[in-house]
Amino acid sequence: MTAAATSAPATTTHGVGTRSRRRSAVWLGLAPFAVYIVLFLVIPAALAVGSGFFMSAGAFTLANLRAFADPNIQSDFVSTIGISAATAIVGAVIGAVVCFALLGARPDSFLRTVVDSASSVLAQFGGVMLAFAFVATIGQQGLITVLLERYLGLQTNIFTVFNNNGPLLYQVVGLVVPYLYFQVPLMVLTFMPAMEGLKATWGEANATLGGTRFTYWTRIAMPILAPAFFGSVILLFANSFSSYATAAALIDQGGILPLDIKQQLTSETVVGVQNVAGVLALGMVVVMIILMTAYSALQRRASRWQR
Amino acid sequence: MSAVRGGAQRYGAEPSTATRRSILIIVGVVFLVPIAALLEFTFRIGQPAANGVQAYGFQHYLDIVSPANEQAYAPLYQGILNSLTICVITVFIVLVLLLPTMILVELKFPKYRRVLEFVCIIPITVPSIVLVVGFIPIYSVVAQIFGSSPWTLAFAIGVIVLPYAYRPIAANLAGVDVTTLSEAGRSLGAGWVSVIWSVILPNLRRGILSAVFITIAVVLGEYTIASFLSQNTFQTALVLIQQTDPYVGAISAVFALLFAFVLLLVIGRLGTVRRSRPPQRKGQVS
Repeated sequence: MTAAATSAPATTTHGVGTRSRRRSAVWLGLAPFAVYIVLFLVIPAALAVGSGFFMSAGAFTLANLRAFADPNIQSDFVSTIGISAATAIVGAVIGAVVCFALLGARPDSFLRTVVDSASSVLAQFGGVMLAFAFVATIGQQGLITVLLERYLGLQTNIFTVFNNNGPLLYQVVGLVVPYLYFQVPLMVLTFMPAMEGLKATWGEANATLGGTRFTYWTRIAMPILAPAFFGSVILLFANSFSSYATAAALIDQGGILPLDIKQQLTSETVVGVQNVAGVLALGMVVVMIILMTAYSALQRRASRWQR
Repeated sequence: MSAVRGGAQRYGAEPSTATRRSILIIVGVVFLVPIAALLEFTFRIGQPAANGVQAYGFQHYLDIVSPANEQAYAPLYQGILNSLTICVITVFIVLVLLLPTMILVELKFPKYRRVLEFVCIIPITVPSIVLVVGFIPIYSVVAQIFGSSPWTLAFAIGVIVLPYAYRPIAANLAGVDVTTLSEAGRSLGAGWVSVIWSVILPNLRRGILSAVFITIAVVLGEYTIASFLSQNTFQTALVLIQQTDPYVGAISAVFALLFAFVLLLVIGRLGTVRRSRPPQRKGQVS
């Protein structure tokens, strides 16, 4: 890294005159960060997405894309999208209700600080540890599972046997529960600024014009919040679509795309083509780019009201 | 927003106190259950008796500090140590690569602010699980240069941290007119070094601190990259030890979650110190 950074001056200090020399010296200030980004972000991303287009021997091919025709991969794609959509929508609705409840609290109040910090921990830090928490809650020996067995006599409940397939928590569908646990806090973090953007004067204007609280919500607040809300839904979708740690700590096999990538990287399971991990990475990035483009478009619309 | 608060008649979006309290209590309790269950699990001793009664005690907490188990928990301690080393280097990357670049762009190339922002947001669009596919070949080269010690992970994690570290610094930069400040400093005869060191950096202290704390939290919570590059960090050690001794895994998880919560609470208070400044009239330092 440093070697690349120091070799740069040789080519750029040819400029004549002090002004252009100083200018290029300033440009040089950007070099270390640029080199770092190229080495550890651009190249890895390109390698990850590009590797799907090559045979193991190094020849370019489109044949690997046939992996997407594999029924297992297709069904895993569908379950990943299903889980992401379900947790994004449910998480967004619950999170929005929490934001609504927080409107009464001052942004610098103790309550808000605690909720914000707890939300950041759960949304950004949890991963493996949230998986542990849910094993202790609804796993086979989990607190709630045990309470159901002991006090309600439910030896077979949804947490011990789900879909005739063992405990809910260790199935792909069961991921919805721990995922919601980080989706709701992420919604609180991303949607709260939009909620706070609702101005008291709009409510007063509505009241002077004879509107009720119902018309305030349906005619003013909801239309204004809609872009921010759908933007947050997309962000939540992307978050659950790309999260790996919680699922990896709970499920050993594949079943969702991030876990399939792990399976492919650790033991080339049979799909019939090479570099499947790269192909799956490509598929994920395509979905993420579509999502993030939609998100930034909605975010631009939403930010109009947040000045 | 604050004008109608507490009034008898509510015009705006604010909920009534009863609605607000019931929503927050219900959601709060539901969200506390898994943490409570995790805590309850750490105090369990053995399996429940035949009549279903579970014994509780501090057994597993004592096990952690007992010298007899030092061998068994060595990977966990090593993992924590490795994670802390990675923390230090990642914070260094943020402070030495990201921060100067952000200041430089702000002062000299404001046109490229959007480009820098775009670059720093990329790690959200390209998730860790995708990046690892590319990190594996990169790290076979890194290992040849630096060896395969755990600290080298900091290069990869520094990238993951970018979106989180960028945001608080950018927010702080947007609130401080660094161009005017640096021109003022320069016209008073200060060199660039002293302008940056004693004018710009003190004004960015809050953003920098937030960025450092969130970086620490993200590094300590990072699992994906470490597990694929087969390094022993706090999170991979947790997963490992969970299989042999789930209680120690749970205890560590409780403490880690608590630690991150306190760290972020401090960030939150840092933010409010500034936000609440205007209404206060006198006696304000810093």
